[in-house]
Amino acid sequence: MVVAQAGPDRGFRELAKEQLPRLLSLARRLVGDDAEDAVQDCLLKAFQRFDQLQDGAAAPSWLTSILVNCCRDRGRAGARRPVEIDVESIEDFSLYRRIAHEDPFPYSDSLHLDFLAEFGPEDVRAVLMRLPELYRLPLVVVYMDGFLVRELAEMLGVPLGTVLARLHRGRKLFEKQMWEYAEETGLLRGVPR
Amino acid sequence: MISCAKAVQQLWEYLDGTSTQADRVLIEEHLKRCRRCCGELEFAHELRAFLVDAAHEDLPEDVLRRLNRTVEELDP
Ligand SMILES: [Zn+2]
Repeated sequence: MVVAQAGPDRGFRELAKEQLPRLLSLARRLVGDDAEDAVQDCLLKAFQRFDQLQDGAAAPSWLTSILVNCCRDRGRAGARRPVEIDVESIEDFSLYRRIAHEDPFPYSDSLHLDFLAEFGPEDVRAVLMRLPELYRLPLVVVYMDGFLVRELAEMLGVPLGTVLARLHRGRKLFEKQMWEYAEETGLLRGVPR
Repeated sequence: MISCAKAVQQLWEYLDGTSTQADRVLIEEHLKRCRRCCGELEFAHELRAFLVDAAHEDLPEDVLRRLNRTVEELDP
């Protein structure tokens, strides 16, 4: 499979600089305040292993998987415990119905959009940090960074079904934590009820 | 027809295109007849778009500058 001389068509420096903003965004969502250190670790590792990158087109996912591992190491070292979450009990949670305060409907159509509009990027990051890393990771990599579930499974070296299950739970947890965050921080005040 | 609970549980997979062909048919069948789940689907769609949008945030310039310098030091 390894083809001699088939290396990336660009140098490390050019590639790294191009990918830096994306890597930093990703790290900020994965490890919060440790993001700069995680990206530093990632750059160093990527530079050391740059000759292993066979195909320039694979560079984004190659860098992402290195960064994900660096973030995991940072996350473990930092050991900031996320909010205690009961993963089993969330299956029936519906942010949609919670916002409407009515189950079943009807209700105003714009209420949900109003709710979402209250959340800025910083709030989203804060909510993400409340999730256990296991569930935060697929949300960030798939929805916010645009990788396919299949690609993430390859990066992590786990079966597709495992990533799908984590993504499913991650979404539920995210919805629930969004609601709780909104309640705790008073974000709901702006939403007409 | 599958239950609302089952349909709702699979909405995101449906949106993501990761549900099986058989599940897609069942969900579409359900959505044709259930107003309640159409609302849930729309919201899932909005929330998904919201996450994608939230990904575009301003990054701290000073951090970017320091990281750029790291790259240059590694590969001068
Ligand atoms: Zn229904």
